[in-house]
This record gives sequence, C-alpha cells and structure tokens, in this order.
Amino acid sequence: MSDVASAEQSQHVSFYKETSGIMNWIWTIDHKRIGIMYLTAVTIFFLFAVFLGFCIRMELMDPGVSEFGKMIDGMFGGTDGLQGNTYNRLLTMHGVVMIFLFIIPGIPAVFGNFFLPIMIGADDVALPKLNLLSWYCYVAGAIVALLVLFLGGPDTGWTFYAPYSAQTADTVELALFAAFILGWSSILTGINFIVTIHRLRAPGMGWFDMPLFCWALYASAWMQVIATPVVGITLILLMLDKHLGIGIFDPLKGGDPVLFQHMFWIYSHPAVYIMIVPPMGIVSEIMATFCRRIVFGYKFVAFSSMGIAMIGSLVWAHHMYTAGMADEARIIFSFLTFLVALPSAVKVFNWTATMYKGSISLAPPMIYTLIFMVLFSIGGFTGLVNGALATDVHVHDTFFVVGHFHYVMFGGNGVMFFAGLLYWFPKMFGRMYNFTMIYISSVLFFVGFNMLYGGMKWLGIMGAPRRYWDMPSGNEHYVTWNKISTHGSWLMIAGIAIFFGTLLYALFFGKKATDNPWGSMTFEWKKTKTPPVLLNFDSPPTMTYGPYDYPEKVEK
Amino acid sequence: MSELTANANNLNDHDHHGDAPHEHHYDPEGDKMGMWLFLFTELLLFGIFFIGFAVYLNMYPEDFSRCSKRLDPILGGINTLVLLFSSFTMALAIQQLQKGNKTASQILSFITLICAGVFCLIKKSEWLHKFDGGLFLNSEYLSTLPHGEQIFYGLYFVMTGTHAIHVIIGAILIITTMVFVHFDKVHADRITLIENAGLFWHLVDLIWIFLFPLYYLIG
Repeated sequence: MSDVASAEQSQHVSFYKETSGIMNWIWTIDHKRIGIMYLTAVTIFFLFAVFLGFCIRMELMDPGVSEFGKMIDGMFGGTDGLQGNTYNRLLTMHGVVMIFLFIIPGIPAVFGNFFLPIMIGADDVALPKLNLLSWYCYVAGAIVALLVLFLGGPDTGWTFYAPYSAQTADTVELALFAAFILGWSSILTGINFIVTIHRLRAPGMGWFDMPLFCWALYASAWMQVIATPVVGITLILLMLDKHLGIGIFDPLKGGDPVLFQHMFWIYSHPAVYIMIVPPMGIVSEIMATFCRRIVFGYKFVAFSSMGIAMIGSLVWAHHMYTAGMADEARIIFSFLTFLVALPSAVKVFNWTATMYKGSISLAPPMIYTLIFMVLFSIGGFTGLVNGALATDVHVHDTFFVVGHFHYVMFGGNGVMFFAGLLYWFPKMFGRMYNFTMIYISSVLFFVGFNMLYGGMKWLGIMGAPRRYWDMPSGNEHYVTWNKISTHGSWLMIAGIAIFFGTLLYALFFGKKATDNPWGSMTFEWKKTKTPPVLLNFDSPPTMTYGPYDYPEKVEK
Repeated sequence: MSELTANANNLNDHDHHGDAPHEHHYDPEGDKMGMWLFLFTELLLFGIFFIGFAVYLNMYPEDFSRCSKRLDPILGGINTLVLLFSSFTMALAIQQLQKGNKTASQILSFITLICAGVFCLIKKSEWLHKFDGGLFLNSEYLSTLPHGEQIFYGLYFVMTGTHAIHVIIGAILIITTMVFVHFDKVHADRITLIENAGLFWHLVDLIWIFLFPLYYLIG
C-alpha cells in the first residue's frame, strides 16, 4: 500500500487528465467537471448581461436618444436607437439573464458543486446523475432564454407582472418557459445538496464541524426546494392565462392580478436570499482563512443562515406596499421585513468580530470580501428605507430601489462570486494569478460601483422613476447624477475587464499553485491536491479538528 | 496522453477506471430522501393551486357551489375508489418484491397500471361531456357565464388536468419500474426505484383525495 501511495505522490493525475475527450465532459457525473462547465456558462452570461447594462447606462447618460444607442440598434438593423420598446426589452433581458442565468445559479452551482462534496469529505454529491440533469436543465433554459432574445425579447421587466404580461404581443411565454426550466435546475441542485449534506459528511464531522459555506448552501438549498416550485407553477399559470384564458389573473374574467404579484414574490423574495446566503458562506470561509481565526460565533453564523431562510420566506409582500393591500397586511409585512435584518446583522457583526485581533492578510480574496462588507452594509441599511412602510411609499418605483437592489445583489452576490473565484481559483485550475492586477481592478471596481449605484440612489431620492428610457424636459436636474452614474459604470466595467483578463491570463500562463497557498484548514485545501484527483481524496478523510482550528499565533 | 493516463490508472488500485470513471456507492437512504424532497416540491406546486382555489372560493362562494353541483360526484367517487385501490396494490407490489416474489409483484404493478388507465378514461369522459356542453377554455359560452363560474372552470380544468398529467407520469414510472424488475435491475436488495415509484403514486392518490371534495362535494 505504501508503494502505491508513493507512486501516487509522484504521479498526481488531476481530474482534468484522468479522462479526456469532449464526451467525457458532456456525460460526466463528476461534480468538479459539472462545476467547471457551470463556471464557464455563468461567466459568459454575466459578461453578456454586463454589456446589456452598459447599453442601458449609455442611453440614460444624456437626455434624448443617444448616439451610442443608435449605433447598437443599427447593428441589428434598427434605426430608432435604444428607446421605447427596444429599451424595455433591453432592460428585461438584462434582468432575466442576470437573475436567472447568473445570480441564482452562480455560487451554488459553481462553487457549491465543486467544493461542497470536497469540504465535507465526500467523493461526489449524493445524486450525481441528478446533478448532470440539473446542468442540462440549465443549458436548456439558457438556450430558450437566448432564443427569446433573438425573437425580440419580452418587454415586461423581469417580474412579468400580470395583466400586462398576459396582453403584450411580445414573446413573454418563451421567457416564462425559460425561467420555469431554470427553476427545475435550481430545485434539483437544491435537493442534491440537502441529501449530500445529510448523508455524506466525513466520519467525525458533526453538523457543527462543517465549514460555514456548507451551512449557507444547506439553508439556501432548502429555500430553493421550498420556493422555486411556487414560481414555476405561477409562471405556467400565467402562460395558460395568456393562451387558454383560464382567467386566474385576468380581471375581465373575474381574476385578480394582484394574486400574481403575491405568487410571484412568494418565490422571488426568498430567491433574493437564495442569491445572498451562499455568498455569505464564502465570506465566512475567507474571513477565517485570511484572519487565521475561528469564525466568531460559529453557531450564530450557522443558525443565522437558517434564520434568514425562515424569516425570508415570510416577507414577500413588502414588494407590494403600493399594490393595494390591506393596511394590517402591510404593517405585518413591514415588521417581518425588519426582523430579517437581525440575522443579517448577526453575520456582519460576527465577521467584524472575527477580524478583531486576527492576523489579517490582505490577499486579493480578502480585499474583495472587505469590499463586500462595505457594499452589503450600505445596501442593507438602505434596504431598511424600503422595508419601512412610510418611507417606501415615497421611493417606490424610483431609482432608489434599483440602487438598493444592485448594492445588495451585485455588491453582495456578484462581489462574493469574484472573491470566491479568487479564493478557489488556484485549487480549481492549479494556477496562481497576478496579485497587483487584481488590486488595481478592485480599486476601479469599488470607486466605479459607488458612483454608479450611489448615483442611482441619489437620483431615486430626488424622485427619478425607474424603467424610463428618457426623462421628459423639465427634469434637467437629473442630468448630473445620470452622468456621474454612467461614468461610474465605465470605471466599474474597466475593473471587471481587468479582473477577468487577469484570471484568463493566469489560466494559461500563471505560476503553478501549491496545494494550500492560503494556509487554510478546511478539507479542500488541507486534504486534496491541486487540482483535485478524480474522486477528490486519495483516502477518505476523517474529521479530527474543527474547520477553523488555526494555531493561536501564525507567522506571516 | 491517453497512454499516460492508462499507465497512471494501472499504478493506482483505486476503484476508478478510464472508461467508467465513476462507480458511485449505492445509498438507498439518500435516494429515498431525494425522492421525499421532490415530493415536497410537488406538494408546493399543487399548494399554489389550492391557495388560488381558496382565494376565489372566498370571493365567489355562490358561483363555486353552483358549478360544483354540475359535476358528477358518482364518477368522481368511483375515481377516488379506483385510485385508493391502486395505491393499495402498489404498496403490495413493493412488499412482494421485498419478499422476493417477482411475479406477484409484477402482477400487482400491472393492476395498478390498469387502475391508472381506468382513472384516465373516466376523467376523459367527464371532460368530453363538458366540452359537448360548450364548456372549454376560451369558449364563447364560457365567457357569457358569471365571473366566479369562469374562474371555477378555469381552475377545474387546470387542476384536474395537471393531476391527470401526474397520473400519466406515474404510470410511465411504473412501466419503467416493471421493465427494470423484469431484467432484475430492481430486486429485493436494490429496491429503491420501485419504492420511489410507489411514493410518487401515493402522492398522486393523495392529491386527488383533496381535489375530489373541493370540486365535487362543496356544492
């Protein structure tokens, strides 16, 4: 046996090289390959949706139709520029691609797939074939979504509100269908993660010995399982309403369109926690690794994930304060919304306490995590303005809401996707990237981000409504902030470009990474090679120490 | 490259090979847990229908009660008994396979299938009867009815239709299981597939038990 072990030492065959050929990727049930395929797809869709967002910002920079918009529209044979319905479609597709193809699947499907089994010491997820099916649901949904785009795209906004969505002539039903299929991808991944965490933890690893990323995935997996079927069937009902006239959302037939909003947000509010809880798990991992300390209040952080999952499922109607609900309902939902700030705050305070007296090293993943802390706190606090009934009525449907949403979603999920990528990139690809370039990108990103979305918040406070392609004359006071916002978007996009450029360069020309470049204590760094072998571990690991049991003092 | 890989494989006495890279261990508990979670999502899916039903029943109680009287509780009742009986035979089929009685299990599965067929035929005759009376979605006649009745029939067709689709999926699942049992891929020691098919079938039955009183008996 020891001969074999030493032979393995000299001949480390990573999962990339174990089998080769395209078919071994297409039909693979290896969670790592599925994770890599998700990463590729998710990144491409992200960059594409960034481009759509860029077009929106260019249109809004100056009053009137922009030259840039005319140029883009001209490339597709149009002459009007990005105004009117074209703008509506652009805006809808930006939202649909970002939310359903990037933010929701992003962190669980990429890092969850790749690292959850390794972190708990398993050789794969519990249901590998289901995992492959979930990937193909994603592919099918993505294809339908792209098809919609080329057929013109829906103009409803990503929320598909009835009764407009049931009446517009545009291709809403295909977009609904895409979201339905993508929902199944999400459900199957959720089921898989729950079963994996219940069944495949390494010997000796109790529930409270798991890394916190696993806890975050566990909580969000439950939300995926509980909430996604609701939106799936709601979207199907909307399709049936549109084509078969069942009338459930159609006031002409006795239906109630507000019911659609309820059913939609019963999913879509928990969905924002599906989007934010996994990134919070990454924050815990990175905080522990780069502060060389156990995460302060481990159990509180773990339970706060579950707390967010539970309370987050009961707050949906705060999207509908102005939709015509009873006052009692509005007050209760406002109260519940404030409650959900508690577990979120528990997390932020515990991370801050983790840094206190920690041995902090400001490596790139940590820099992006600190950016998260700032942006998410700003987003969280401005969220209270939206959650409070009295103030929300004033900022409802203004740019303030757009700014808030981007602060928590992009500043939360997107930034932690970057940080997670920086943290795990060496393990996934076996290469190390250039730190200096990442530092430069982080500065550009941070400054640009705050100009872009901070500008939007200020516009919203001034009263600028969202979803307008132009401000009618008499609203010249919006021009300055629209300009600042668009200029910020240029800086931010430059940061994103440098970020992905650096990683792409490192993928081919980067230095070889060692097995544990960050000196982390969790399984994926301590017990696997870089990149991991096919079944992850040379021999099944057992848990003999906690995931964050760093020695008291560590030499830098 | 492939030669190198093959050499490396020979050196390792792992249980992974070039052609079949993954021999995942068999975990019946895990598979069953996955199935229960899936059933949970199904319940939530129908849950939204039931919420919709509750909302509109509350808005239009008289219309709903009037429409309910026009459905045939005898046919609905027969269908309920058929499904209950089929759930019983399905449970027996699993039990027989656990004991190793393959033939008995296959016969019981087949009876379950026949019950599924009978259910669908009765459902079809009920729907056709409605269609003959001019009652179908988007019909001229339907649009002249009061709001509550339009919503009632809209929900009726969608909910019983979705349930019927689940009956058909369940039947396909049972056929698949029978094929696997026939080729001894599913047997007393590897029973998860038929158990999961059984769980799905009980869910189909259970949902009907709620649909039946809501539509046929509230009048």
